[in-house]
This record gives sequence, structure tokens and C-alpha cells, in this order.
Amino acid sequence: MSLFTDIGHLLAAGMMILSFLLLYQDRITATLNVFAAQAIVLGLAVAWQAELQDAPHLFVTAAIALVVKGGIIPMALHRIVRRLEIHREIEQVIGGGPVMLVGLGLVALSIMLVFPVAGGVDSLAREDLAFALAVILLGLLMMITRRNAVTQVIGFMSLENGLVLAATGAKGMPLVVEFSVAFSILIAFIVFGVFVFRIRERFDTVDVGALDRFRGDRGD
Amino acid sequence: MIAPVYAVLLIPFVAALVLALVTNYRWGAAINIVACGLTFAAGASLLFVDRVRTDVVLIDDFNIYLVTLTTFIGFTTSIFSASYIGHELETGRLTPTFLRFYHALYQAMMGAMNLALVANNIGVLWVGVEVATLSTVMMVGIYRTTAAVEAAWKYFILGSVGIALAFFGTILVYLVAQEVLGQGLPAMAWDLLLRDAARFDPRLLSLAFVFLLVGYGTKVGLAPFHAWLPDAHAEGPTPISAVLSGLLLNVALYALLRFKMLLAANPETLDVGRIMIALGLISLVFAAFMLYRRRDIKRLFAYSSIEHMGVITFAFGIGGPLANFAGLLHMTMHSLTKSAIFFAVGHVAQVKGTQRMADIRGLSVSHPALAVGLALGVIAIAGLPPFGVFTSEFLLISSTLSRQPLLALILVFGLLVAFGALLLRLQQVIFGEPIGPVGRVKASYVPLFLHIGFVLAAGLWLPEPMVRWFKIVAAQLG
Repeated sequence: MSLFTDIGHLLAAGMMILSFLLLYQDRITATLNVFAAQAIVLGLAVAWQAELQDAPHLFVTAAIALVVKGGIIPMALHRIVRRLEIHREIEQVIGGGPVMLVGLGLVALSIMLVFPVAGGVDSLAREDLAFALAVILLGLLMMITRRNAVTQVIGFMSLENGLVLAATGAKGMPLVVEFSVAFSILIAFIVFGVFVFRIRERFDTVDVGALDRFRGDRGD
Repeated sequence: MIAPVYAVLLIPFVAALVLALVTNYRWGAAINIVACGLTFAAGASLLFVDRVRTDVVLIDDFNIYLVTLTTFIGFTTSIFSASYIGHELETGRLTPTFLRFYHALYQAMMGAMNLALVANNIGVLWVGVEVATLSTVMMVGIYRTTAAVEAAWKYFILGSVGIALAFFGTILVYLVAQEVLGQGLPAMAWDLLLRDAARFDPRLLSLAFVFLLVGYGTKVGLAPFHAWLPDAHAEGPTPISAVLSGLLLNVALYALLRFKMLLAANPETLDVGRIMIALGLISLVFAAFMLYRRRDIKRLFAYSSIEHMGVITFAFGIGGPLANFAGLLHMTMHSLTKSAIFFAVGHVAQVKGTQRMADIRGLSVSHPALAVGLALGVIAIAGLPPFGVFTSEFLLISSTLSRQPLLALILVFGLLVAFGALLLRLQQVIFGEPIGPVGRVKASYVPLFLHIGFVLAAGLWLPEPMVRWFKIVAAQLG
């Protein structure tokens, strides 16, 4: 049994490490590749959970993660990035070093939050939950530190990876939810696509910083 | 014949599909009104049929009046919307293609909100809030101006983060529940969760609530998670501002309150009341001061929504039968009043061609009927008698005064500051020499005065069944 849980932990921890890698990537294409890798690890982690929990419906979630998030979405984003001609752009990542330190702090925080209170839950679920929370918080951090619309999207999807990990770690969580998560990612993607094109169309840039020129009703 | 509880879900989603195919905007607007009317009829008929309880849907004392309220405001807003969009087409701000999406999304949003309200499953509730949010995001950005795109983007990012945290909280609640209720659907069903909440692990349940509070709290527009709200209200079409303020904020708050019931039923959990009091007061005082600096009339009332959501959250944080009762009443009154204000503001902004308050003056001379509607709405929302908002605020203040006098002081201070700002702006807009265009306006006054009439009536007399529901729910909220 311990080997099985160890593999589960390994995969979940792999996702977390990839989240750290995402934090300091300054090229959009590299960011996309790391995201795809994370989605693939997520697919494996979910498939492993499906095997452990003897829950075949989780294989569907795993397949969605592998095919859609590990393949189709990164490929489509690569195309968009090329069409927008921003694939060579180097993005200024705000304070790489401090951001990594904050990230470490977030991981410590999620372990300290989850471990003491989730005593009743079995150990695999508990540690998975801590890793999942870490991935979620790191995704949030990435969204805050990026100014480019596409990389913010990736931060958001990485955050959703953490959500899927948490949801599949919760034993026997009804299928409704997994489907809804997959569905929401699809919608999120469409919405984002629409927005990326609109922003491109209006400002000739996908740098969200350009949006800040408009400051609501401040000034005159 | 399908049961009304399913009709309020089916009609909007079918209508959304139909409207996506209708190219003529007049037909689209008409179908939109008819669909909303039918949904309202179905929602209102819930009051007269037996309560429903299945694994997926549930009608109880809490959501029965909220469904009616939501479908009613959806219906009146669709009437307002029909007169509003005609003008937008004439000025060229919207094209018929976009109106197709607009109408389809409007129905999708109504259906999703109804789904969130009647869901007996915390996962389905989450889906409902999420779909409603996404459809409003699209509608906020529909003008495609710089400002509108910025507003929609901000709304989308903050809304998604909020909804992601809410989902994590939902997973935690399931984890707690499955130890007691067993794996599968029962561990996500509202009524079962509430029945067995006392046996849940209090620490994990408290942690879950913190995530849910931040997650759904972002949707409610509580400071400091409110950044999306003023932009989304100001830059989208006004009918959307009306349903955002009047309905979507309520639905998010409803989700939060459902989870608060679970904590109330488990005595060993964290005292979340204090967090809600703090968030509520921060929102109230912050928004009250921000009201003075607004130049845009829709932003002004968006901040007023933050203020009132703060008041409501504060009320539920104080807790106890009286404050909870006041909170529930305030939720209803704020919905009706704020949507009425946006109906008036929408027409004013159209006829004047601007949302800048400096360019709107002398409405009482140029457009007396609109001026009266706007004035009554603002007087009501500022909390003056004899309107319903006064009743709920009075109840809240008196119950707070008897239990936490110091907090009552801050509450009254915030309310007075907001009161001053609103009346100051109102008299600037209403009185004086009219400036700008004075042309006639093809306004729909019926929804506006109907809402204000209800708020006035509620200030004078509350129907017996409503009082009974509020009392039962107030007791459950702890």
C-alpha cells in the first residue's frame, strides 16, 4: 500500500514543482510547454487515483486532462500566440527571486493549514489536498505577477489543475463535479479566446498593462 | 405539465437556444419578455404548490421567495431592456448580431441563477453561480470599448479566482461530509448536510468556510474583493447593471448563507460571525466614503451596492433572530430598489448621452417623470421612511444597539455618510437649469414604479407568509 500512496504523492509533488517552474518562465512558449507538462502530470495523477480508488469514471477526468489540457489547449494557444506575433516576446516577470520565496511561503502555508485540520481524512487524501492547495495558491500568485493576457490565462488554468487534483483526491466525489470542472475549463478557454482577440484588436498588444491607461472615472 | 421548479430552469435555457437563432431584434426582445414572464409565472406558482425535495433540487423557506424575487426582477428588467436596447441600436452602440448574443446570454444568466437557487447540491449550486458569472462577463464586454473590455477582463479574472476558491471550499465540505454521510451524492445534498452538520469535524468545516467566504464574497462584492464591481456596473448595458446589483450579488450571498447555516448547526466551529462583521463594516464605510468621489452616475450606484451588501453581511454576522430577519428583508428591499434606480439611470444616461453627473442637471424640469422615479429610488435606498429599506435598517440598528453598541455606532456612521453622498448627488442631478439634450424619452415607467411601489408597500406592511419564512430562515442562520 505504501508504494501506491508514494506514487500518488510523487505525482502530486511533481505538479507542485511544475507550478514553481511556471512562476519564473519569461517566454510565452516556454510557459505554455510547462503548463502542458503540468496537465500531463495531472492526467497521470488522476489516473492513479482512479486505479487506487477503483473508480473507473475518474479515468474520464484523467483523459480530459491529458488530451484537452495537455494537448489541445496548449496547441491552440501556441497558434494564437504566433498569430498575434508575440511568441518571441520576453515578458518582464516581476521580481523572480522574491516571487519564488513567496511561493515557498505559500507551500508552507498550505501544509500548515491542511495537515492539522484534516486529521480524520486518510493520509493520501490529506497530503494530496495540501499539494492541491499549494498548486492553487501558486497559480494565483502567477496570475498576480503577470501582465500578459495569455500568461494570466495559463496561471488560471494551472490553478484549475490544482482544483481537479483536489476534487479527485476527495474519495467518491460525484461525477457531476468533475464534468463541471472540465466544462468550465472549456468555457473559460472560449471566453479567454474571445477576450484575447478583442484586446489585441483594440490595443495592438496583449499586455494587460495597456488596459490600465483607462482608470475608471478617475481624472477628468 | 412539468413541475414549476423544473420550469424555472427549462424555460430560460430553451429560450436561450431559441434567441441565439432569432436575427430580428424586435422579435428577440419580445421573446425575451415572454420567456421571462413565463419563468416568473412558474416561479410565483411555487408559492402555491407542494414543496419539492429531490437529490438535485430543493424548495424550502429560504429559496422560495428568492426564486420568486429573482424571476420577478428578471421579468421587469426584460421589459426595461426592450425599451433600452432600441435606443442603443439607433445610436449604433450595439448591432443586431450582438443583440442576438445579448438576449441568449440574458436567458442563460436567468436560468443559471435559478439553478443556483433551487439546487439541493453544493456542486450544482457552484455550477449555477459560475455559469451566471460567465454570461454576465460576456455581456459586460458587449460594447467592446476600451473601458468595457477592461471591465470585463477585470470581472472575469477576479470572478474566476473567487469561484475557484469557492470550489476548493466546496470540496472541503464534501470531504467533511463524506466521513459522516458516506461517499457519493448524499454528502453534497443540502438538507442532509444541514441535518448532520453537528456531527462534522468542526475544524475542517471552519477552514472550508473561510475559502467559501473569500470565494463567494468576491461575487458579493465585499471590500477588499470588490474591484470588479464598479467597472462591471458602469461599462455594461444598464439592464445588466440592474440584474447584477439586484440579483447576482444576492445569489452569491445566498450561497454563502447556506454554508453559514452548516456552521451555525455545529457549535464547535469557528465564530465566523466576527469575520462577516468585519468584512461588512469595511465594505460599508469604505463604499460610503467612495460615494463622494464618483463622477459617473452608474459607478455611484455600484458603490452604493457595495455599501448595502456590506450592511447585509454585517447583519448576518451579528446574527440572532432579529438581525438575521433584518438582513433577509434588506436583501429583498435592496434588490427591488437598486434595480429600479438602474432603470431610471439607464433612461437618464440615454437621453443625456452621458453618464457623467456633471453633464446631467435639471432633470425635474426636462424629464419630470424620470426625475420623480430616480428621486424616490434614491430616497428609498438612502434609508428614509416610509420605504422598506428604512424598516430593515432600523431593525438592524436596534438589534445591534442592544447587543454590540459600539458596532452600532460604526454602522450608523457609515449609513449617514452614504446618506449624505446620495442626497448631495441627487439634488445636483435633479435640480437646477437643465443642461444637455432635453428630448423626450421612450421610457418604460411601469417596471420602475412597480418596484418602488413594492418597496413602499413593504415599508408599511409585510405579508404574513413572508414574515413566517424570514423567521424560520433567521432561526436556522443562528
